[in-house]
Amino acid sequence: MRPQIDLKTLELTKWHEYLIRFVFGGCVTVLAGLVAREFGPVVGGLFLAFPAIFPASATLIEKHETEKCGTESYRREVGKIKAGFDAEGAALGSVGLAVFGWMVWKFLPEYSTGAVFASAFIAWLIVATALWGVRVALHRPEH
Amino acid sequence: MSVFAVCGDVLRPKSLAGVFSAAPSVAIATLSLTVMGQGNDYGALEGRSMIAGAAAFLLYAMCAHWLLMSYRLSARIVTTALLPVWVALAFALWRVFLR
Repeated sequence: MRPQIDLKTLELTKWHEYLIRFVFGGCVTVLAGLVAREFGPVVGGLFLAFPAIFPASATLIEKHETEKCGTESYRREVGKIKAGFDAEGAALGSVGLAVFGWMVWKFLPEYSTGAVFASAFIAWLIVATALWGVRVALHRPEH
Repeated sequence: MSVFAVCGDVLRPKSLAGVFSAAPSVAIATLSLTVMGQGNDYGALEGRSMIAGAAAFLLYAMCAHWLLMSYRLSARIVTTALLPVWVALAFALWRVFLR
């Protein structure tokens, strides 16, 4: 299964749906900072991996699929299945998040912030997409 | 945050798009501010805890996948109702490994 870019999806997404995700992500960022200030970095660090994007993304996938053509019950069913596949991808991405955290933990005290963040981000991307490649090779097809 | 959201929207198949639902957007934003104010060692400690948060995210996403695929529940309800599960798992891991 080859990755594809479908720009038509952007037409289905309304500007306020991006705004909601941006505001929610901003709130989580502020929350993580406040928790760290109140309870220290060990507790605050937990919130760096809070599911900030996933709930809205899965909900939007289901909503957009339901708006497409076909019988209503069929569309609802497809929407839930696609949201389920989105959750599977998020699980793979979370493994990459753990690698991101590990790199920050091990390398941030010794190297420059920018270099560590850039390396950790690349590691997240490589690990998450490699796991997705393994999943495609081993798993059931997705339509 | 918005860039990752757009990536997730336009990519197909949705299992690949889902990878971007677990992008380190909050981590990059929060750690950048933390390091500027508190220094690199403080940020490194947060990075260590982030591993526990990511493990909780893994279980959270697997539960969401199972509920959506097996019971065809609403994505909004499943992803929202499971957020307390993420909090409980993250704090359980903190209590066992990090406290």
